[in-house]
Amino acid sequence: MPGPKGPGSFNAFLGWWGRYPVTQFVVFIGLLAIFWIMGSNTIETMHRLGITPGFGFLHQSANFAIGESLIAYAPSDTFARAVLAGLLNTIAIALSGCVLATVLGVSLGIARLSGNFLLAGLVRWYVEVVRNTPLLLQLFFWSAVTHAFPAPRQAINPFGVIYLSNRGISIPSLQLHDIPASAIALSMAIVLTVVCLARLRAGKRTGAIGFLSISFFVLLGVSLVFHLSGAQANIDVPALHGFNITGGLNLTPEFAALLIGLVVNSSATIAEIVRSGIQSVPAGQWESARSLGLQPGKIMRLVILPQALRVIIPLMTSSYLDLTKNSSLAVAIGFPDLVSVLNTTANQSGQVLEALAIIVVSYLTLNLAVSAIMNRYNQRIESRGFSLR
Amino acid sequence: MRIENRRHHTWRTKIAAGVITVATLLSGAAHAGPTLDKIKERGTIKVGVGTSPGFFAPDSNGKWQGFFVEFGRALAITVFNDPDKVEFTSSSPQQRLPALQSGEFDILLSGVTQTVTRAFKLGFHFGPTIFYDGQGLLVNKSLGVTKGSELDGATIGVQSGTTGELNIADFFRKTGHKFTPVTIEDSNEFLKALESGRVDALTQDASDLALRRTLLAKPDDYVLLPERLSKEPLAPAIAAGDDRWLEIVNWTVYATIQAEEFGITKENVDTFLNSEDPAISRFLGTDPSLGQAIGLDPKFAYNIVKTLGNYGEIFDRTIGKGSPVGFERGYNQPWTQGGLLYSPPFR
Repeated sequence: MPGPKGPGSFNAFLGWWGRYPVTQFVVFIGLLAIFWIMGSNTIETMHRLGITPGFGFLHQSANFAIGESLIAYAPSDTFARAVLAGLLNTIAIALSGCVLATVLGVSLGIARLSGNFLLAGLVRWYVEVVRNTPLLLQLFFWSAVTHAFPAPRQAINPFGVIYLSNRGISIPSLQLHDIPASAIALSMAIVLTVVCLARLRAGKRTGAIGFLSISFFVLLGVSLVFHLSGAQANIDVPALHGFNITGGLNLTPEFAALLIGLVVNSSATIAEIVRSGIQSVPAGQWESARSLGLQPGKIMRLVILPQALRVIIPLMTSSYLDLTKNSSLAVAIGFPDLVSVLNTTANQSGQVLEALAIIVVSYLTLNLAVSAIMNRYNQRIESRGFSLR
Repeated sequence: MRIENRRHHTWRTKIAAGVITVATLLSGAAHAGPTLDKIKERGTIKVGVGTSPGFFAPDSNGKWQGFFVEFGRALAITVFNDPDKVEFTSSSPQQRLPALQSGEFDILLSGVTQTVTRAFKLGFHFGPTIFYDGQGLLVNKSLGVTKGSELDGATIGVQSGTTGELNIADFFRKTGHKFTPVTIEDSNEFLKALESGRVDALTQDASDLALRRTLLAKPDDYVLLPERLSKEPLAPAIAAGDDRWLEIVNWTVYATIQAEEFGITKENVDTFLNSEDPAISRFLGTDPSLGQAIGLDPKFAYNIVKTLGNYGEIFDRTIGKGSPVGFERGYNQPWTQGGLLYSPPFR
């Protein structure tokens, strides 16, 4: 871009504007015109069809049920609450999916580079099969697998407290009642104090045993606070009741199928990212580390991965974004994610454009948040140490 | 004013449609012009249908067959006097309503329930009900359930985009029982959920469930409960704002109903051409005054009956006793025989 040609605010403006001002102006006006045409067409069409644009409908009663929700939701609740329930489901699947895909993908990527011919070959096949078939097909496959378990009345029932059936996995859950706010505040204070103390000690190594014993005492302290405060805790054991297994913590087949499908799919991509990242570290690094007498595990952890991460992290970010967006395929296998709930909302309320707008804004916000977190992490990685190349 | 609007918007529409494909929803609907002009220009009627053999499904030659499909052909006869100038496209319950709003279809003959929300908030007009239905429950016999109220705590499969989603929630709210919905968009997955035992029951229009039951590997293991949770009048749906197109749809459907009331069938229609009854000669167009008044082929009713038969014949051939489906007529017979089918007079 050329700088200002001379003094004066007009020249400064020209410099800012850049070359070909006329073309740019025409393109800019053209774009505005297109958006204006689209906008006015939309509003006119909606009026012609007798639809009132706006988000007022969100306060109306939704009247439809949602299969699973992290918050209490009933059909008499508003559309807004239904959308929130769907959004939380999407966040839950995206978060757990990203974490598990990372664990699996990194392991696979390292396995692919291992000297073991069989292991590397198997991972290669896994990556090729997963990457070269459509995700939707894989989801249908996992959906069929999770539905192939026995009916609730014939559920697989190990230890008498866990139920595995075509309604999902039910495990006992811990339920707390009557917790006074003071107990919560006190527990948080304990945890915060310990974390701060740990940070003050930063640089000194705590070691695994030290870490475990600290965690144990924190847990003990928190439990004691809760006990003394008179909070009631009981364990909710799932049991067969009528048609279904009720009580406890239930992981539905749809959630499981979607999670497995997304994790398997993303892990193949992540495995390749990790492999390429590790291979991008010059061979000299391996040799130098070995000549220093480091063990292979330590070479990977202390020398290779920190450098490989500079290549890996930006690509991982894009994998996480893909996983989050792909979670919208949930609608095909019956998991009530954000898109599924908003599809129903659009259908029952008639506010299709508004529902689409909510979908766009939600995914944009989610993905920008993921990007922001990953970019911050990337900056830390970049600034750590210095490039050896 | 309408004409003014159209001229103003033609160029805009063209630009929007050409530049931005995403804008199908927006630009398509901006054709404010009468649907009939569009259809005549295109040479075919675009009809949105579902997939349920009996109601609508392609046969082994890829030709669409079924109860609702026949009404699409009847429309093509009214407009073009050719039952094949019609294009059927299947659309999931979730996709069909936005598709109609966006002008992708001229008409939906996919078993849409007429409701007040769809009329006022979604902006649809409905033609006469062509099938009176109610929401049913399809359950596995081994559960030993005989009534909907015995399904307390059950997991129930619902197809997204249908009135069933609201009805089933209403039903359980009313009875004070609990249920867990599994909302599925894909029709095959919907059926598989019952077969695999993922859900205890499926809920949907009873006729649709009866048709789907025959597609199950072991139909005899499942039973359609006699109870009906709702009224489901299935009617042709068109986008609001085109009265003339609505009237064409109305009178095409009425023609099949009126023919049955008169006792006019595909076989005997020619013998009625010389009828002394003025109502019949008006109906069949031998007296041309009526056809001229409505600006259609005066013999459209004759053509429909001659090609497809009356309502009763269409019903029997596709879903009634003369078909593998074997539905009873139930409410779907003329008012003169205790049913709900009633055509206003052709006069």
